[in-house]
Amino acid sequence: MIAQDLQVILPEIALAVYAIVALLAGVYTGKDKSAAMIVWITAAVMAVIGLWIATGSGTNAAFGGSFVDDSFARFCKVIILFSGAVVLVMTQDYMARRGILRFEYPVLVALATVGMMFMVSAEDLLVLYMGLELQSLSLYVVTSLRRDSVKSTEAGLKYFILGALSSGMLLYGASLTYGYTGTILFSGIIEAAGDDVSIGLLFGLVFLIAGFAFKVSAAPFHMWTPDVYEGAPTPVTAFLSTAPKMAALALMARVLHEGFGGVISDWQQILAFLSVLSMFVGAIAAIGQTNIKRLMAYSSISHMGFALMGLAAGTTFGVEAMLIYMVIYITMNVGMFAFILSMEKDGVPVTDIGALHMYSKHEPLRALALLVLLFSLAGVAAPMLGFFGKFYVLRAAVEAGMTWLAVAGVIAAVIGAFYYIRIVYYMYFGQDREPLDAGGGPILWVVLMGSALIMIVGVINMFGMEPVAAAAAAALVN
Amino acid sequence: MGSILSLTTFIPMVGAVILGLFLRGDDNPAQSNAKWVALATTVFTFIVSLFILFRFDPANPDFQFVEEQTWLLGLKYRMGVDGISILFVMLTTFLMPLVIASCWDVTHRVKEYMIAFLVLETMILGVFLALDLVLFYLFLEAGLIPMFLIIGIWGGKDRIYASFKFFLYTFFGSVLMLIAMVAMYVQTGSACIGGCGEGQVALLTYNFPAEPITLLGIHIAGGMQTLMWLAFFASFAVKMPMWPFHTWLPDAHVQAPTAGSVVLAAVLLKLGGYGFLRFNLPMFPVGSEVMGPMVLWLSAIAIVYTSLVALVQQDMKKVIAYSSVAHMGYVTMGIFAVNQQGIDGALFQMVSHGFISGALFLCVGVIYDRMHTREIDAYGGLVNRMPAYALIFMLFTMANVGLPGTSGFVGEFLTLMGVFQVNTWVAAVATSGVILSAAYALWLYRRVVMGELIKEGLKSITDMNRRERVIFAPLVVMTLLLGVYPSLVTDLIGPSVTALVGHVETAQAGYAASVSFAEN
Repeated sequence: MIAQDLQVILPEIALAVYAIVALLAGVYTGKDKSAAMIVWITAAVMAVIGLWIATGSGTNAAFGGSFVDDSFARFCKVIILFSGAVVLVMTQDYMARRGILRFEYPVLVALATVGMMFMVSAEDLLVLYMGLELQSLSLYVVTSLRRDSVKSTEAGLKYFILGALSSGMLLYGASLTYGYTGTILFSGIIEAAGDDVSIGLLFGLVFLIAGFAFKVSAAPFHMWTPDVYEGAPTPVTAFLSTAPKMAALALMARVLHEGFGGVISDWQQILAFLSVLSMFVGAIAAIGQTNIKRLMAYSSISHMGFALMGLAAGTTFGVEAMLIYMVIYITMNVGMFAFILSMEKDGVPVTDIGALHMYSKHEPLRALALLVLLFSLAGVAAPMLGFFGKFYVLRAAVEAGMTWLAVAGVIAAVIGAFYYIRIVYYMYFGQDREPLDAGGGPILWVVLMGSALIMIVGVINMFGMEPVAAAAAAALVN
Repeated sequence: MGSILSLTTFIPMVGAVILGLFLRGDDNPAQSNAKWVALATTVFTFIVSLFILFRFDPANPDFQFVEEQTWLLGLKYRMGVDGISILFVMLTTFLMPLVIASCWDVTHRVKEYMIAFLVLETMILGVFLALDLVLFYLFLEAGLIPMFLIIGIWGGKDRIYASFKFFLYTFFGSVLMLIAMVAMYVQTGSACIGGCGEGQVALLTYNFPAEPITLLGIHIAGGMQTLMWLAFFASFAVKMPMWPFHTWLPDAHVQAPTAGSVVLAAVLLKLGGYGFLRFNLPMFPVGSEVMGPMVLWLSAIAIVYTSLVALVQQDMKKVIAYSSVAHMGYVTMGIFAVNQQGIDGALFQMVSHGFISGALFLCVGVIYDRMHTREIDAYGGLVNRMPAYALIFMLFTMANVGLPGTSGFVGEFLTLMGVFQVNTWVAAVATSGVILSAAYALWLYRRVVMGELIKEGLKSITDMNRRERVIFAPLVVMTLLLGVYPSLVTDLIGPSVTALVGHVETAQAGYAASVSFAEN
């Protein structure tokens, strides 16, 4: 029995064991001198585990149904592992040159990844909480990795305090749910709740959703995002804006559909509210930003709003749309951060958007790639993958009879398009300024170009992702 | 011949890719190469499109040369051409070589300029040929990006304001249409516009529910059809542009470089009219019936109001821009008259306006290249130094006014005839626009070309060179040819328009019958 259970969580065990071994190896060998090697090995291990998970099939539950390995979990894990690996690889050079490449960095990222893998596979409230905390604690530390910088430590502290607050709300919700249903298993909750929830359970549900909203940085629980994104070292920001978002949304989808799938109408309105607010807050607040990292923070808030729109539909197709949206969003964001990491002048990183004036004259190819990514992020304006992400969630919303939500979404998208194309305007017809360095190195160049190319070529058939996402969504919603 | 439509659409894109990948440097030979490659590409596209025209069977109102590939989400990559769209395809492929030739004197970032125009051509052709909702939308939106860059990079002094205004206006119109498209897709399970495969619903002939509904306390006649009609209207009225959604157009025109203005006026404005004919009218006949009178009156106002506004402009491009809005008023009026003459006239007017307004912007470009100003007051008496220019400008001014014998007359006459049968008052108001257009066009001509040549700066101005004359030649030929032999166009579009009118009338009658049946 126990052997079978262990079989199911073997990938998680492998990554956790690897992280501990890497930690020991780092301590006992060259410390930070071996950090570069550990980054590469960690990325390789994560990629291999990703491939290994991708070959799995069927639905396997473990530990009395507390942990499940189904195609939904596998889909999310593969995305999380690969995006984590790519972020590690592309940030190594940047960290090394800034002197903050510590060997703890890859280890902490690996541990956070283990936490995320538990999150997407969690089938009861305790596993959920443990996965979430493992992820969060690792992220708090990497956020303040630049110890001698006030901004970085402040960001870490802010993230920690607000994260702890949200964990508290989550726990409160979890205990209320347990109190009113007598079980922590999602399958038990759905049975106990039936299609009518008591007021106490409803409170539990609301607190749970509020906790999740913190983690996905959905408005009105988004306040930490811009500060943390700005203060954290850029490589950490790149990581924060990709894999953890996927994990948190997947977790949210699982709790809502498996735990509260009988009372969709009760949480649908909350999610729709979060979605509308996030889309508008993200779109409007970003207009005034001049720091590209803060801009990306608001951009991600807005994108989370769209992803939540898919979830708010409360249908199988909605979950599929959300998954597809997230994959496209992560791909775009990785490309964007590959670019942001390469922005520097005289060896010093630049985050001011104004530095991009007439960028296209000095770096036509990079500027073109960035143009593609920006229009793709803007979404509804161009024949790129970003459009299809939005198209899927809009369709999900209209199909679920929430046309008003879709209308609000496209209006927010128009507002949001303004600040994306403002960057295009700087790059193509701003004033002449001193150009940025041609920095970044080949890896960043490849990631940026690859991401832009995926945005265009993916329009043909999305690399066959659609049926996989559909199967994953079907495994979750039954 | 299986995929000639895709071939035509993507040839310019291939040219753009070749330019982007293989052309290096920004010196004189490289610039000249870029221009020649772009010209060769557009001419080749035109030749290929001629094959479509020759093989096209005008007697068949259905979609022809239909291609289909499976795509995402049950969508299809589907292209096809009928009597309405072939007109616009030919207009586009015909005008693009002239546009490229007209920017021969550009020296600022020439390679990118050519790439932008080639990409734009692909997107415009895609819009006219797409037979899938999402494909149509993607081409439509993608066309905004090169135009945004053309205005923004190569435009005039206030180009940044104009490019943002252009982008956000047209973009906002389109997203509401996107919602309606999603709703249609959810309703029917098909995104096929026409020429569908087995077992698929064709949206062109689908009966969308038209039962009246009450939304937020407002009673909406025509129900869902009216709502969707409005969503599509939001997009196409901005693109057209119709009064009062036209304010982006003068800014965009004035700031855009000459070639950009030509493309904008001659081709991009036609997207709106095409959209009305392809979506609003056939897909939502009841919605069109409910909202039709409003469109007729908006058009009449547009014709009179923008003609008056054109009278007081100081900038030559603005005069022509407002005149475009007025002429587009005839188009919308003709379309929503919903009869053979009206729609024939609207299509004819769009083609003729493509030639005439394109030529007028080129005329402005000719003297702008020499004097670098568009102020009307800076000119006067050009006829003394530029006789050939005066002649050509005269011809197109007359065509713009709608002089019989030019193509401008046929379109205006047909639309007015169509509208007269439906709404005499609107026709009467619109007819006064003919007089007003004569006023502003001839006044413009007198102030710029006629009189004594007294301005010092103009004394050494030179007449048109050979390249400029060559560019104008095809436009002159087409304007006169269509003026004296309009059946060249009407024969091509006739059967498709007849089928369209028949479909709309049947659907409207069917709905009226069902309503009166329910009442009894």
